[in-house]
Amino acid sequence: MGDRLVPYPLDEGEPMIQTRGLTKDFVVGSTETVHAVRGIDLDIAPGELVAVLGPNGAGKSTTMRMLTTLIRPTSGTATVAGVDVVADPATVRRHIGYVGQGNGAGHQQRAADELTMQGQVYGLDRAAARRRTAELLDALDLTALARRKVSDLSGGQRRRLDVALGLVHAPRLLFLDEPTTGLDPHNRANLWDHISRLRAEHDMTIVLTTHYLDEADTMAERVVVVDHGQVIADDTADGLKRTLAGDRVVLRVAVGGTASRVASIVENLPGARDVTVAGDRVEARVADAGAAVPELVLAASGAGAPLLEALAVRPTLDDVFLALTGRSLRDEGSRATDQAAEEAAA
Amino acid sequence: MSTITVDAPIRTLTPVRRSWFSDVWLVMTRELRPVVREPFSVVFGLIQPLVFLGLFGPLLVGSVGETGGLSSTDVWQWFVPSILVMTTLFGTSTTGSNLQFEMQTGAHERLLVTPLSRSSQLVGRSLKEMVPLVAQAVILILVMLPFGFRADPVGAPIGLAMLAVLGVGLGSLSYALAIAVRKQEWMFWAVQQTVLFPLLILSGMLLPLETGPQWMKVASAFDPLRWVVEAERALFAGDLTSSAVAAGWLAAVLTAVVGLAVGVRTLLRSTD
Repeated sequence: MGDRLVPYPLDEGEPMIQTRGLTKDFVVGSTETVHAVRGIDLDIAPGELVAVLGPNGAGKSTTMRMLTTLIRPTSGTATVAGVDVVADPATVRRHIGYVGQGNGAGHQQRAADELTMQGQVYGLDRAAARRRTAELLDALDLTALARRKVSDLSGGQRRRLDVALGLVHAPRLLFLDEPTTGLDPHNRANLWDHISRLRAEHDMTIVLTTHYLDEADTMAERVVVVDHGQVIADDTADGLKRTLAGDRVVLRVAVGGTASRVASIVENLPGARDVTVAGDRVEARVADAGAAVPELVLAASGAGAPLLEALAVRPTLDDVFLALTGRSLRDEGSRATDQAAEEAAA
Repeated sequence: MSTITVDAPIRTLTPVRRSWFSDVWLVMTRELRPVVREPFSVVFGLIQPLVFLGLFGPLLVGSVGETGGLSSTDVWQWFVPSILVMTTLFGTSTTGSNLQFEMQTGAHERLLVTPLSRSSQLVGRSLKEMVPLVAQAVILILVMLPFGFRADPVGAPIGLAMLAVLGVGLGSLSYALAIAVRKQEWMFWAVQQTVLFPLLILSGMLLPLETGPQWMKVASAFDPLRWVVEAERALFAGDLTSSAVAAGWLAAVLTAVVGLAVGVRTLLRSTD
């Protein structure tokens, strides 16, 4: 095969995605306007794996839908793979892979037929599309299900097929809109194994939205936190945690009445702050919880106030969100999801 | 687990620029695949016309036949073309619900992010309507031949072609409706049912309009189905040069052109 890769219209050093002042307003009813996205500036370099995190209604999906040409921005600019999404959406579509929240494959269709058809849509001839179909079915453990009707596949199998469809033209840039929502932990882990491996093989840039904190935490190299249509934080997961929500230690004393003595030991620890005492529990923020715990265990023991328990608590992205907004992402997410479920049922 | 490796030709895909017509062809063949794989849907669509032929036909023979002085064969010659148009109407006007289903599941959105042009997606879907409706019409004609129905060997294929053109327009309008009401899905059936029966009755396909009041005759002039029904009757009777045939073609082609234009426009506007 003397074929070559689709050249991206991307100059050396140019970002894979760049947005400036991107906004989207939706007119609801006759008068009310919802500002879903209120000015997002984003630069994503080739090869990055970026998670866009935020509660439901934060503007994550709206932003992704603008970047994938599904909706037009109200104002601002966005270039994707070097191409302006408003001026030339057709070229953007040729270069990006997209896995939406729903199933990309028609439920009445057979798995392999959809892959082959979409391969042809991207300009492969029938034979090349068939070869590509076989490769992708194999890569995503779907070969045995090739002739199965999509509606007869399980949720996890269907999601793998969605990813296969998103990769049918071997894009360098892949958008994943809540790729693992609704999957059980086993299927989530399995899907991520596939995505990570294919990413390495294809040298892909990946942008995903999620409201699973642990997913953003473990998978993404960079986390963009979005709230009320704006970027409120943008860093590595570790960086966010370090700057926005420090480590904590939680200690429990073995002998009643010694908690205040332990508290004063903690206060003397360099970098410790917010020391609180509640019964036999002492809590504090520290610079490095892992290093502080053994030190505190020894010091407390030496001072005649031995500890029953000592925990080093690392912050989560939820702590980050709480620090940023004063709200817990977990509560927001579940409340919004319930609301959406009620609306859908009505 | 996986036998492909990094040096597999995954990254060596050479796309060719596709033409609009090949896009339409891809969309159409994709739509036809479930129909061909499960032809039961085509047979299922025949139940309603067969009920009308079996239960309404004899009543028509009894009432119109006697008073109008028509033999039962003449009544079939009048009524079977009606049923062919009715089958086209029922089959194509509901097809928007297939698109609605793909909008709910996500497959429609997926196609919108591919390089397929928007217009080819709607035209391809609408052109697909021709295949099941012509298949259904052929079955109905074959079923009615033993009952004395005559299908002119030249007129019948022309009649089927006219039905196909009409079906493309009606199907396209049905898709447009599905897209337009995508935020209130129940509206699809409300509108479809509301429009269906006036079109059906005013076309004169069930009972002759001659016995109706003047205002109905005037209203029926605006019903494209009326012209197609009259053209089909002339074509199946072998009256190929009748002015009704020309009027039928005009109505069918206009329906197709307007339907496709409305459909494409609605799809384009839905993604702003």
